Parts: sequence; C-alpha cells; structure tokens
Amino acid sequence: MEKRVVFRSAWLPYALLAPQIAITVIFFFWPAGQAVWYSFQLQDAFGLKTQFVGLENFRALFADSHYLASFKITAFFSVLVAGCGISIALLLATMADRVVKGALAYKTLLIWPYAVAPAVAGVLWAFLFAPSIGVVSYVLRKNGVDWNWVLQGDQAMLLVVIASTWKQISYNFLFFLAGLQSIPRSLIEAAAIDGAGPSRRFWTIVFPMLSPTTFFLMVVNIVYAFFDTFGVIDATTQGGPAGATQILVYKAYYDGVKAADLGGSSAQSAILMLIVIALTVIQFRFVERKVQY
Amino acid sequence: MIENRPWLTFLSHAVLILGIAVIAFPLYVTFVASTLTLDEIISVPMPLLPGSHLWENYHQVLTAGTEAGAGAPVGRMMFNSLIMALAIAIGKIAISIIASFAIVYFRFPLKNFFFWMIFITLMLPVEVRIIPTFKVVSDLHMVDTYVGLTLPLIASATATFLFRQFFLTVPDELAEAARIDGAGPLRFFWDVLLPLSKTSIAALFVIQFIYGWNQYLWPLLITTQESMYTAVIGIKRMITSGDALTEWHLVMATAMLAMLPPVAVVVLMQRWFVRGLVETEK
Amino acid sequence: MRLKALATTLFAAGMLGAPLAQAQTEIQWWHSMSGQHNEKINEIAKGFNASQSEFKLTPVFKGSYPESMTAAIAAFRAGNPPHIVQVFEVGTATMMSAKGAIKPVTQIMKDAGEPFNPKAYLPAVTGYYTDSQGNMLSMPFNSSTAIFYINKDAFKKAGLDPAKAPKTWKEFTKAAEKLKAAGQTCVYTTGWPSWVHVENFSAWHNLPIGTKENGMAGLDTEFRVNTPLHVQHIATLGYYAKQGWFTYSGRKQEGEDRFISGECAMLTSSSSAIGKIRKGAKFDFSAHFLPYHDDMPGAPQNSIIGGATLWVMSGKPAGDYKGVAKFFSYLSRPEVQMDWHTSTGYVPITLAAYEMTKKSGYYEKNPGVDVAIHQLNNKAPTANSKGLRFGGFVQGREIFEEEMESVLQGKKTAKAAMDDAVKRGNDILRKFEAANK
Repeated sequence: MEKRVVFRSAWLPYALLAPQIAITVIFFFWPAGQAVWYSFQLQDAFGLKTQFVGLENFRALFADSHYLASFKITAFFSVLVAGCGISIALLLATMADRVVKGALAYKTLLIWPYAVAPAVAGVLWAFLFAPSIGVVSYVLRKNGVDWNWVLQGDQAMLLVVIASTWKQISYNFLFFLAGLQSIPRSLIEAAAIDGAGPSRRFWTIVFPMLSPTTFFLMVVNIVYAFFDTFGVIDATTQGGPAGATQILVYKAYYDGVKAADLGGSSAQSAILMLIVIALTVIQFRFVERKVQY
Repeated sequence: MIENRPWLTFLSHAVLILGIAVIAFPLYVTFVASTLTLDEIISVPMPLLPGSHLWENYHQVLTAGTEAGAGAPVGRMMFNSLIMALAIAIGKIAISIIASFAIVYFRFPLKNFFFWMIFITLMLPVEVRIIPTFKVVSDLHMVDTYVGLTLPLIASATATFLFRQFFLTVPDELAEAARIDGAGPLRFFWDVLLPLSKTSIAALFVIQFIYGWNQYLWPLLITTQESMYTAVIGIKRMITSGDALTEWHLVMATAMLAMLPPVAVVVLMQRWFVRGLVETEK
Repeated sequence: MRLKALATTLFAAGMLGAPLAQAQTEIQWWHSMSGQHNEKINEIAKGFNASQSEFKLTPVFKGSYPESMTAAIAAFRAGNPPHIVQVFEVGTATMMSAKGAIKPVTQIMKDAGEPFNPKAYLPAVTGYYTDSQGNMLSMPFNSSTAIFYINKDAFKKAGLDPAKAPKTWKEFTKAAEKLKAAGQTCVYTTGWPSWVHVENFSAWHNLPIGTKENGMAGLDTEFRVNTPLHVQHIATLGYYAKQGWFTYSGRKQEGEDRFISGECAMLTSSSSAIGKIRKGAKFDFSAHFLPYHDDMPGAPQNSIIGGATLWVMSGKPAGDYKGVAKFFSYLSRPEVQMDWHTSTGYVPITLAAYEMTKKSGYYEKNPGVDVAIHQLNNKAPTANSKGLRFGGFVQGREIFEEEMESVLQGKKTAKAAMDDAVKRGNDILRKFEAANK
C-alpha cells in the first residue's frame, strides 16, 4: 500500500533512514552474515584454528536424530502454547465483553503478566513446581501424582507450556477484547431477536468475525513460542530432561554458547533465519491484506 | 446488554475471577515467599500466608545484595535496568519514527530494498546470533558500557513496523493540505504527524520499556562488572548458585522488585497502551 | 546525534558511582563461586591486595561454570579476555587444546621468577591438569569429589544403625528397603548424575571411561561406558528408581537441597556440599565413601576430582602476568589454603595445607571433611582413575545424563542407553578431534 501524496527530496529520506539502517547493518546484518559464514566452518572454541568444511555442519545436523526431534518438539510446543493461549484468552475476553460491572478492574488484573520478564516468569513457575519445595508439587504429590519434571519429559513440557502461555494470555486477551468490541451490536441483536442463544451467536457470528484477529494472534503466538520463550526454558528445564523441551532456539544457543560448537550452532542459526524470514513474509502479507479492510 | 440472563452474567464473573485467581497465583506465592525466612520456605509445604520478614528481606536485597547473588545490591541493578529500558524505548521510538516517515511519505530509489532490510530483522531474536554480535560490540569497545548494553537492541523493526502501519491510516488530505500551505516534509512531520502519533508513541513506549527491562541473555554477556548488572540478571544469578543454598526468600523479594516497574508502567499507562497497540497492529 | 549524547551522558552518570581509577595494574579474575564461596573469594582478593601494592585483583562473578567459560572464550575471541578464569574440570580438554589462548601456569611462575614446586600440590589434583611433559597447565583451586551422605536421624527412625552407613550397593539396597518401609518419601537422591554415576563410578571400580587413558593420552579417544559393568550399574539405578528408592533430582546440585530439607535420607554428591549441609540441615548426618559393587573386581579404587582450576589467558600486557604469578603464590600459602579448605569444604590443594589443617585438630572437630581426601587417595591412581580429558565434554556429559534419564524414565534399557551414549559421545569426540588437529 502506498500513499498518494508523497514528498520529494533527494537526500532527506536517506538521512531519515540512516540511523536505523546503520544500526541494523552493524548489529544485525554484519553478525548475521558472520553466523552464515561460520556455518561453513569447523572451528575450535577459541577460534584459533579454522577449516572450511562446506556443508558438513548442515549434513551433520540433519543426520542427528536429536536435531530432527527438536523440530518436532518445537512444533508441538508452539501449537500447544498458541492453542492454549488463544483459547483461554478468547474465553476470558468473551466473558469480559459481557460484564459491565468491574470491566476495567478485570482488564487491569488480567494484563499485568505481559510485563513480566520471561526469565522471571520461568523462575516463578519453577519455584511453584519445584520437585522438592514447590507448593503445587506438594499438592500434586499429596494427591498421588508422581510429579517430578526433572525426570518426566511430558511433565517438563507441561511446565514450560504453562509458564509460556501464562505470559502470553494478557496480550491475546487485549486483542480479542478489542476485536469483540468492534463487532457491531446490531448484528448480535438481530440474531438474538431471531432466537439464537448466546452460544449459537458466538459460534455463528462472533467467532467468524474474530477470525482475522485469531489468525493474526496465531502467527504472533507461534513466533513467540519459537523465540521469546527462550528465557522461560532457560530458567526452568534448560531443554531437559533427555531433550524433551529442547526447542530449536534453545539448541542453537546451547550448542553455540555452552558447548562452544560454533559451526554447528551457526548452521542452526542459518536455518532459523530462513524460518524467520518465511514467517515474516507470511505475517507481512497477511497484515498487509488486513490493512485494506 | 442484549438480553438479561442472570446466570450467564454470573458465569462470566465466575470465569473471570477464576482466571484472575489462577493468573495471579504465582505472583501471590512470590509475594508470600518474599516475606518469609528461608527456613519457612524450605520446610515443605511453605506457608501460604504472608510472614513477618517483609521489611527485613527487602531492606537486605535493596542495600546489601544477597549472599548468593552478585555483590551488586538490587538498588544498583534496578537503576541499570531502568537506564537500559529507557534508552531502548526512547532510542527505538526516535530512530524508527523517522525511518517510517521516510518509508511512508517519500518515494525514492532503493526504498523497497531498505524496507525489506529493516523488516527481516523483525523477528530474529538476538539469542541465535549472539556470539558474532558480541564480537562486533566488543570490537567497537562497547563492552561494559550502557551504549553496548542498549544500542544493539535498538536494531529491531517492531517499532518501525508499527509506525508504518499507523502512518498508512493517516488521511492523505493532511499531507495534501500541508503541501498546499507550503510546509516542507519536516514541518509536516513535526506539526502534524508527531502530535497525531501520541497514542502510538505511548503504546510503543510501554512495549519497548518492557522489552528493554526484561532483557536477559544480552546483558549477561555484555556486562563484566558487577556494577553493570541488571535486575533480571540479578535474579538468575541468585539461583545459579552451585554449592550454596539458594536463598529463595531474597530471590523472591528481588523478583517482586524487578517486576514492579514494568508492571506499574503497563497498569498505569494501560489506556494508551491498549489503544495504541490495537490501533497500530490493525 | 541526540541518542548518542544521551547514552554518553547516562554512561557518565553511571560511572560516577564507580570508584575512581587506580594507578595499580588491575588483574581480572572471572569465577563461578556464588553464595558464601563468593564472599570467601572476595576475602582472598582483599587479602592479596593488602599483601602488596603493585596489583589490584578484581574478582567478578560470571555465572555458572559453563557461562563463565563461554564468557571468557567470547572475550578472548573479541580480544579482551580476563587474566584469570575459573574453568570446571569438564572444560579442561577445551582449554588445553587452545595452545595460543592460554598460558601454562608453570611458565608464568618461571617467567615471573616466583618460587614454584609442582610437587607441593596434591597429586590427585595436579594429575588432572598436567600435560604429558609434566607441565602444570592450570592452577588448582576448588577441587572436590563425589561422596556419600546419610541422614542419621532417618536411619534411626527406620530402625537402622546410624553408625553403619552402607558400604556397598548391596548394603545400600537393604537400607533403602527399610527406609522406604519406614515411610521415607525420598530414600536416595544424587547431585551431578553423570559425574557421580558414570565418571566417578568408573574410577571407583577401576573401569575405563574412554580409551587412551580416559582421553589423557590423545584426542583419538573413544568412550567405553557401555561395558557390561557400566550397564549393570545403570540398570541397578533404574531398578532403584522403579522401587521408589531413588528419586532423580536433576543434573546439578538440586539433590543436595532435598537432602538438606530432610526429604531424602541418602545423597551422593560433591564433598563441597558439606558446609551447606551443616548449615542447613536440621538433623544429624554423616559423610562416607561412595558405595561400591563388591562383585566388581576393581573396587574400591579411588575417586576422581571435580570442581575447577584457574586458567591464565594470553593476550594481556606482559607485565600483568607478574601479578598473576604473585597471586598464585599467595593462593598457595598454607594458611590461605587452610582457610579456603575449612570454610568451603573443598579439598586443600597443597600437602602443606593438609598437614596444617590436620595439626590444627580441625578434622576431629568436623568429622566428614577429610572423607574426600581419603577417598581420592584410597589407592594409587590407575590409568582409569587419575582423571579424564575428553573434548567437548560439556556436551558429552549432558549426553550421558540424557541417556541416564531415559533409563530412569523407563524409556530405554540400560544397555541401549549406554550404547547410544557411547555412539553420540564419540561423534562429539570426533568433531573435537577434527577441530583441534
């Protein structure tokens, strides 16, 4: 989409763009380019010896069943986080849209987790669910649940999904609430006069009207689950047990930063960058279309 | 209200209250833990009512730091976090508002190239290219400085993207009128566009302030002096302790303190934040 | 540019709070010691700074072991490393192979003309960090080994003799059964699972962890942790877990906290946890040698160390290294070592410090602190028990732990898991070999 009215100047737009482009080039493209370059190399940890190995790092990655498993785990995790986050937020938003009394109070009390750092959110939930001293673990154990997420992979997954969803609900909630409030009342009233009950109205009118918001949130949530949950995972499971919560970003970070395998990690970064670019294009195309409504 | 269904209204309230209770539970437990002694916390199950050590714990983390953490007291860490959050928020808004102005209101060669160049950075988090980025910053001698802490994180496209979306919704007539009045682009930007963008700026300020405050991995790598640590790092530092007992009561007090400023920003600026966020993303 | 001006102002404002620059040469020391140990380190630095005026030692806490090692590597690559970095034992091979990045301690001491005798240090410790020519590459600092703790009160409650801790895994089984029957929710747990149950298990039973003297004799080493005896031990652990006698607590020191809270009655973990246990435990406890399998021929041999040493990074002005050497001399003083040893629970690194501590009567007053020393010196170390040096072992150890976890989860048999551990571990060794040729 373009503006009809534009200004003309030979230098001004470049000057205006300069700071952002400069920072982007220096702190984004230059390091990202280096990452791609490293992905074709085999280096010792200190960068003292370097060999060019072509696509060897990529070959090794795709031969590694744990890397492929990490793809599956990431997909599973993202779908869970996006699914849970969206449905819970939608439920809460629908309810908040109905109530008149205390609406602002509810809203305020629901949005604050947005402000909590992922790393801190991870710490809070890890504390609640800590195998030995955690309050929730205590209750679970009293009720006969064998709760030990440091060993049980599915429990660890549950923990990171809960912690990640918790942080994202407020964001989704805000968008759904705004979406709900922009649906014309007359439409719903008409349906009510025709005798459609609240649940029917929701599924036949409200939900379809919300579909652009839902789709937008889906993309945002998946991106969130892919990348921003790094802090949550690092503060809780650190990818374990037995790799059960090792999402792609965490593996790239772990291999590069903790295991000092620069080549392998850079190859993963390169693959991640491709995924990101694809997601950006999808999201961008979608948002572009949405603007024209 | 379309029709009066008391049970449905009741249900709505019930669901909302339940939702809030579940969402607030971790915060409540954190608060309770921050008022207890370590002994009370590690004696399973820990009490769920606030204890009597609130003042003591907070006083200790704010002034002396904890035994298990870095030497820097939390007060100092909060100050660093604040600077980081403010610099990132203000810096991002400043550079991206002018960049999107250029992209939306000018037609010039290579526009699309620059455009995509910025937007590719939209989602790639710093974590996956952390080591090369660290090297660049280090080559520029920015390790252990506030510039090194903040400048690389300003290179993200979110803000530019949101401003662009907003500018596209500004009626063309305004620019038309400005041109007829003989106002140049900068005058138009300053007198018309900037005042119109207030809500977007407020919303972005909230988003970026939180983003900056909540950074973890980057400050961890870029700070080598304890006087440069941020609050989020401080918390993690207290937990990584190997052969020492984790002092949960102090960790939780620090967590409360670290959460306070961003939560306050979101809650206090709620109105602009919500409006700006939803408007610009449309 | 406004932004830059702002940032500079803020930076300047931030610096005002910092102490004024000193005329002394600053020596940076990055470490991973938190809590009381962190305070002790600050005390040591203070002591050193007071002992001379030319250098100022600044200790900086850089996070967990892998974090500070990574930070040091990143800083080296960027051309601005610290002088001294504390690196944990699994990073030894990585540091050792980086010939241009580190300076051997022997050489630093020689260049600075500081008196230095490698023989003065505990052989069980130095063996781990000495190259084939006998040069000590790094400065031993905090060393510990895996030992066995029991909660005597829980033993009493279960009708067991608290004075008789299980010596073998057979005796352990009997005790575990009784403890469980007495209603103990968590009978036994461990910290550092791979270090205790693969690495120290191997040394303690005189079994190889890998070929080429556990990697000390060459980079072309291969893991050997899938021998029938290794598999037997891991299978035993899996059996204990199934019986509810073994509760897995995670890959780090989490198990120690569960022992301290009284939840778990028995613990295998680092000997350096003793101070924390003494401080936190509300019950009577005792420390012992690791249990062994009496049906395995080599046991008990001697255990191996864990912990960390101080590596000196290259790339600093030549004069600075004199300060590093001076500091190492200071650190080796018996009184400094004795203080470090007694207040942290780490093994003393010099024989003189050990003798001094013994003479002071400390071990009588604090039973259990010398268990680690005796266990490390139980027999003369063999090729299997003098240490290990595997490339990329940060990853290697995690692979061992992942595979152990899958056995405890009941997803894999011990045999399949250890076979996979060897296979995956060898891939890492090969990669490391290729990168460090």
